[in-house]
Amino acid sequence: MTLLTHELKASYAFIERNFFLTRRYWGWELAFLVYSAAGALSISLIGAESGNPRLLLTLIVGAIFWNYLSVVFSWIAETIAVERWEGTLEYTMMAPVHRSTQLLGSVAYAMAYGVIHTIAILIAMLLFFPDLAAANANPLTVVVFMVLGSFSFVGIAMLAAILPLLYVERGAQMTFVLQSVLLLVSGVYYSIDVLPGWMQVLSRLSPATYAIDGVRRGLIDGVPIGDLLGDAWPLVVMGIVMIPVGLWAFGRAEQYAKRTGKLKRVG
Amino acid sequence: MTATLLGQPKTLAPDRLAVDGRVETIDGAVPALLVEGVTKRFVVGRSKRPVLAIVDVSIRLERGGIVGILGANGSGKSTLIRLVSGLLTLDEGRVEVFGHDLGREEMAVKRLINRVSVDAAFFKKLSPMENLLFAARLYGLDAGRARGEAIEILERLGIARKRVDRPVEQMSRGMQQKVAIARALLTSPTLLLLDEPTTGLDPRSKLDVQAFIEDVRTNHDTSIVLTTHDLDEADRLCDRIAVLNEGRVVAQDTPAGLKRLVAEAHGQEPTLHNVFMTYTGRSLDDDVEEDADDAADTAD
Repeated sequence: MTLLTHELKASYAFIERNFFLTRRYWGWELAFLVYSAAGALSISLIGAESGNPRLLLTLIVGAIFWNYLSVVFSWIAETIAVERWEGTLEYTMMAPVHRSTQLLGSVAYAMAYGVIHTIAILIAMLLFFPDLAAANANPLTVVVFMVLGSFSFVGIAMLAAILPLLYVERGAQMTFVLQSVLLLVSGVYYSIDVLPGWMQVLSRLSPATYAIDGVRRGLIDGVPIGDLLGDAWPLVVMGIVMIPVGLWAFGRAEQYAKRTGKLKRVG
Repeated sequence: MTATLLGQPKTLAPDRLAVDGRVETIDGAVPALLVEGVTKRFVVGRSKRPVLAIVDVSIRLERGGIVGILGANGSGKSTLIRLVSGLLTLDEGRVEVFGHDLGREEMAVKRLINRVSVDAAFFKKLSPMENLLFAARLYGLDAGRARGEAIEILERLGIARKRVDRPVEQMSRGMQQKVAIARALLTSPTLLLLDEPTTGLDPRSKLDVQAFIEDVRTNHDTSIVLTTHDLDEADRLCDRIAVLNEGRVVAQDTPAGLKRLVAEAHGQEPTLHNVFMTYTGRSLDDDVEEDADDAADTAD
């Protein structure tokens, strides 16, 4: 068996295991879906109340696609937290598998899960707002920005995954802090122009800013991908830069955990 | 692919191992495990001195052998197993598995080893089969073949086929431990690290596991490191025993050699119990009591 085949097989192990976990926790998955749909609807109803169709669409797109990005982020960031909670972290760490392989499997599953989750919420939205006007939508633009958005989030999610590795008790919760800061600065529900100047600098560093802006303009205004290169290239650059950075940082954190005995802890 | 553990003959000659997808010839004189001058410290606070968990430990395990590690709780047995597993970094010394240096060839070493710890760690909502398939894929095994072998190993360990698809959380601790052993064996390790594998098992399960360990060693060319508090188990299974006390190897020999030593040097009855008492300065009963408390805490 070639090394590549072995790594791909091992990568599939994480996809299959995460699928098994989703299937076993189906009750929780349903509850999470209801929670996500309720949150998206609550925000969207603010737009409905204003009577402004564009605001309504802006909020709906923000709610749905932030949900997608945050689901992808969570699956990757919680890769370590889940294993620590179950007590299996040491077994996975001593398996002959590169971290990049583990990451590949986690990302693939996260994207598939995120798409299904997002479609379910989209259906809930359509039930509430059957007259949504999306005739101008450019599906290619939407798909491209979803893929680029996921890609650009991977490196940041890898950095977030370090937290449960190093901070046994509260590391998982600390990833939520990072997620909430991304939500605040990325213009998910409002234009980043309303943010203070220093926050707008952070906005430019957040991949979600470009991903959601691209999806919004493709879905609402039907802008083709060729006209949105200003949103696309930062996502590509962030992915290319942040994934190796995330892997490198994770490797350093793993070495630190092995030096200090933090892999052993369960909880 | 390395040999399967049950039912099928080994697919490789005994002087060859599969490493990184390559089949490589190994020198018969190369030990299965070489631990040389290993030291591990843990920093416990800025103002406190580091704790010396393992101090200048050297152990050599010949291919196909079983070396036992005895010692009181906190003596460093599990730390030593973690060091050999690559789950802890070495501060000093070196570890080699079939000639592969753990520091320089970590992935090659990982392919050759597996471990069973005292606490059976699983995704508890998943079934034994789902957990075992995950492990099998990580080690590059074919899923269909792994499924068949998993059932075979589990049945040999006394877990019925009908139980393999129910969540692990519905199993007793003893059964979970057997699944943990099956998980390790499924990947056909050439070096198996067993960290108190029979602790907490009922007598029948304990015998099942011990018989299985003997079978693995005898028929499948697996070298084994075994930590245990069960001195009869150590006596029955181990070719050599190292006694650890406060991170140091304080005695190392064959079981018969250690018993002879306490008889000749200390004038005591030649039993492993006396070996343990002499070199650890601790009653085995104290140790077992602590284990029971630990197990109860874990269960809580």
